[in-house]
Amino acid sequence: MEANRSPLKIVIVGHVDHGKSTLVGRILHETKALPDGKVDYLKAVCERRGMPFEWAFVMDALQAERDQGITIDTAQIRFKTDLRPYVIIDAPGHKEFLKNMVSGAAAAEAAVLVVDAQEGVREQSRRHGYLLHLLGLTQVMVAINKMDLVGYDQDRYQQVAAEITDYLGSLGITPAFIVPVSGRQGDCIAAASAAMPWYQGPTLVEGLDRFTASQPPVGQPLRLPVQDVYKFDARRIVAGRIETGRLQVGDSLVFSPSGKSARVSGIESWPSRDVQSAEAGQSVGITLDEHIFVERGDVAHLASQPPHVVNRFRAHVFWLGRQPLLAGNQYKLKINTGSHQVRVETIERIVDVETLSNHQAAQVERNGVAEVILRSRTPIPLDAFADNQLTGRFVLVDGFDTAGGGVISRDGLAAARSAPRSTNITEVSHTASMQTRWQMNGHKGGVIWLTGLSGAGKSTIAMELERRLVRKGWQAFVLDGDNVRAGLCSDLGFAPDDRRENIRRVGEVAHLLTQAGLIAITAFISPYREDRENVRAMGPDVFHEVFVQAPLSTCEQRDPKGLYRKARAGEIPDFTGIHAPYEDPRAPELIIDTDTMSVDEAAEAIFGYVVECFQIKA
Amino acid sequence: MLGLCDAMNHLDALENESVYIFREAFNRLDKIAMLWSIGKDSNVMLWLARKAFFGHVPFPVLHVDTSYKIPEMIEFRDRMAKEWNLNLVVGQNRQALAAGMSPDQGRVNCCSALKTEGLKDLVAQGGYTGIFAGIRRDEEGTRAKERVFSPRNESAEWDFKDQPPEFWNQYKTDFAPGTHLRIHPLLAWTELDVWRYIQRENIPMVSLYYAKNGKRYRSLGCAPCTGSIDSQAANVAEIIAELESTNTSERAGRAQDKESEDAFERLRAQGYM
Ligand SMILES: Nc1nc2c(ncn2[C@@H]2O[C@H](COP(=O)(O)OP(=O)(O)O)[C@@H](O)[C@H]2O)c(=O)[nH]1
Repeated sequence: MEANRSPLKIVIVGHVDHGKSTLVGRILHETKALPDGKVDYLKAVCERRGMPFEWAFVMDALQAERDQGITIDTAQIRFKTDLRPYVIIDAPGHKEFLKNMVSGAAAAEAAVLVVDAQEGVREQSRRHGYLLHLLGLTQVMVAINKMDLVGYDQDRYQQVAAEITDYLGSLGITPAFIVPVSGRQGDCIAAASAAMPWYQGPTLVEGLDRFTASQPPVGQPLRLPVQDVYKFDARRIVAGRIETGRLQVGDSLVFSPSGKSARVSGIESWPSRDVQSAEAGQSVGITLDEHIFVERGDVAHLASQPPHVVNRFRAHVFWLGRQPLLAGNQYKLKINTGSHQVRVETIERIVDVETLSNHQAAQVERNGVAEVILRSRTPIPLDAFADNQLTGRFVLVDGFDTAGGGVISRDGLAAARSAPRSTNITEVSHTASMQTRWQMNGHKGGVIWLTGLSGAGKSTIAMELERRLVRKGWQAFVLDGDNVRAGLCSDLGFAPDDRRENIRRVGEVAHLLTQAGLIAITAFISPYREDRENVRAMGPDVFHEVFVQAPLSTCEQRDPKGLYRKARAGEIPDFTGIHAPYEDPRAPELIIDTDTMSVDEAAEAIFGYVVECFQIKA
Repeated sequence: MLGLCDAMNHLDALENESVYIFREAFNRLDKIAMLWSIGKDSNVMLWLARKAFFGHVPFPVLHVDTSYKIPEMIEFRDRMAKEWNLNLVVGQNRQALAAGMSPDQGRVNCCSALKTEGLKDLVAQGGYTGIFAGIRRDEEGTRAKERVFSPRNESAEWDFKDQPPEFWNQYKTDFAPGTHLRIHPLLAWTELDVWRYIQRENIPMVSLYYAKNGKRYRSLGCAPCTGSIDSQAANVAEIIAELESTNTSERAGRAQDKESEDAFERLRAQGYM
C-alpha cells in the first residue's frame, strides 16, 4: 500500500436499527483495525454487566472514550484493506439525524446502504437513498443485513434486492453490488459465507475495494471562485481554490459576474518556486497583468466556457433547519465563496421520498426535500449541478445557522444563457457596490413614487417624509413636479407625449439617485399607468409605488394652487381629472387615503413603511 | 514546465484543504489569532499559514505559558518567533500561579486553571472572534466530533452534542455577538500525516521529539504531566517508521487524560483546546 494514498471516504446509511453500527464494528474487526484483545475485553465487560454483547458496542466504546489505546472514533473511523486505507465519515449512532447523515454523505466518495433482510426497505432507507441521489453520489453498494434472521434464504434476499433496486432505479442509481451479510454472525463481511453458497458476488469489503477513488475534476471547464485578494510585498494576489479545470500562466481569465478580464501573469507560491500551471483541488494565488477590480465571490473562468449568471434559478433543497423553510422568506445563500441574500419565490413541490410523488405546500419541514425557485437581488455566477457538482450546489443560512443545502437544476438555466449577454456594453462600473453604499448609509436606496391627482397632497407628504428621514440621519431627496419642470424638463409641455417624456426623465434621475444610495421621493401626478410601469421596469426591486388618494371633489375643493379653478375656467388645457384622464394604480405598494388622514398621519404611515422596507436587517 | 504539484497526492490534498480553511477564516473573521503550543501540530499549522499567506503570518500567535513547560520549548519558541517574524503574544495565569496552582492540586484542575483560564484571558484581552487551534480528529474521541469552524459560547464552552452541520466547505461564519469560533485547519490530518509532511517540507521541530537514550516525547505538554515513551526513533524518518507499526494513541503519555474517563471531554467542553 502506498504511504501517500488518500483514504477512500465512505458513508454508511440506512434505516435505524438495520445494523449500521454493527456492520462498522464488524468491518473494523475483520480488517484488524481494532487492537488485540479489544473485542474480548468488551465481551468480558458485557458478561460482567449481564448484557448480551453487541458489535455496535465497539463504536459506543470508542465514542465514550473508554479506551485510550486506540485512535479511531465515531466521526472518522479509519481502517485499511490490502488495497488502500478507508475512512468512514460520520458513521451515525443510534439516534439518527439527517443533519449528520448529510454532513457525512456530502463528503463521501461511496456509500453503503444497509437494509434489514427481515424488515425490508423502510422510510429512512428511501430517504437516505434519495439524499445520496440528490448529493450526486453514484457509487452505492447495498448490504442486505441480518441474513441470519431469515435463515440465509436466497428468495428473501432476492425480494429485498428487487425492492431496493426498484426504488434506487427510479432515482437513476444502480447499486454496484447487493451483498447479503450478517453483521452479527460475520457472514460475507470480509470472507465468503458458507451459509450462503448461492451468493457468488463480492463480500462487503471486496465490494469497497472495487469502488474507484474520485479524481480532481481537472477535465471540466475552469472555475476559480475568488476567495480573497491580498496585497503582500507589493504583489496583488488573487487567492482561491480551483474547483474544476486548470489554468496556466498567460491564460486570459474572465471574472463573472462583472465580466472583467485579465491575463494570469504569475502563479505565486511559498517557498517561492517557478510555477506555470495549476489545477482542480489546488488553493492558488495568482497575479494578473492588469489592475482590474476583483472581489470575493467572483468566479474566474475562460471566456469560451462561462458559468451562468442569474438572479433566479430552480433548485432541489434539503432542509435541516429548526424552523421550516417558508415561501417568501429570505435566507443567506452561500455558493463557493459568494454569499447572496435570496428570497424563496415559490415552493414548486415537496418531494415525498417514500413514494417519490409530489405535493404542494407553503413550507418545507425539517428533513424535507423540495423543489424551489430562489430569487436573488445580486447576480450569481453558477452552474447546473448536473454539469458541475462543485459550482452547482449551495447552502442556505437561516439566522446564524446552516439550515439546508441545495443543488441547482438545469431547468430554466439554458434560457438564461441564450439571452443576450451584455458583452458589448461598455458601461463604466462603479468600484463601490450598491451594497457598500447601503452599508455606509445604514439603509438601502430606492424610489418612493407618489402618484395621485393634483391637490391630493403628494408634495406636502413628500416634503414631510423627506424631513423625517433626513432627521433620522437617512439620505433622502424629493424630486417635485414643479421644481423639475423649471429645469430638467423645462422644454416639455403637458401633452401625453411630453408627460411621458417628463416621467421617463424623472424615473431615470430617481434611479440614478438610488444607485448613489439615496431614497428618491418623487411627487408627480404621473397619470398614465404605462408610464409608471416603465419607470418600475428600470429597477423593479427598488421601486415602490404609493397611491396618494383623494376624491376629485376633495382635491378640487382644496385647490391649493388655484389650478382646478383655472382649469374649469378653461385657462389650463389637458388638466388631469378635468380634461385628461388619471389611471389609478392597479397594485400599488402602498395606498395613502388623504381624504381621511391628516398630513401628519399620512406622513407617519408612509415613514413607517419606508423605514420597514429600507432599513438593513442584521 | 512545472505544475504547482505534479499529481495531487494525499499530503497535497490535505495541504490545499488547510490553506483554504486559513484563507476562509482570514477573510470572514475580524480578529483572529493562532494558538501556538510549540508542539509539532502547531508548527505544521504555522507552516501552512505561511503557505496560505505567501510567507506571512498575518495575525498574532498566542502562547499560553503555564510556567511548567520544558525549557527547550521556550527556547525554540523565541528562536522561531524571531526567525519567522511572528507577532508572538505570551500569556500566563499569574494569579493562579501566585496562589500556588500546580499539578499537585489535581492535573485536571491545573490544566483548567493554567491553560484554559490562561487562554480565556488572552482571548478576552485580544478581543479575538476566531482562534486557530491545531487539533486533529484522530487524537481521541471527543475531538472526532469537532467541526472545522466550531462555535464557542460566551464562556468559551463547546456544545459537542449539538454540532452545526458542516458540508461542501461552507463553514459557519455567522454567529451571535458574544460567541467566537475555534478554527481547526488540521482536523482531517492524522499523526502520521503530520510527520510525513514535516519530512516533506523539512519543518523545524523541538528536539524533544527525537529519541535520546531510548526515550522520546510523542506529544508535548507541561514537564510534570508529559511522559516520554520508549523509542529509538532519532529522526523524522525513524518516527514515521515507528508510527506505521504502532497502534497506541499519542496522548497515551499524557497524565491528565487518564485521570477519569471523561476528564478530557470535560476540559474540552470548558474551552481547553
Ligand atoms: N440477528 C442479527 N441482528 C443484527 C444484525 N446486525 C445488527 N443486528 C441487531 O440489530 C440491532 C440494531 O443494530 P445497530 O447496528 O445498532 O443498528 P443501527 O441503528 O443501524 O446502527 C442490534 O440489536 C443488533 O444486534 C445481524 O446481522 N443479525
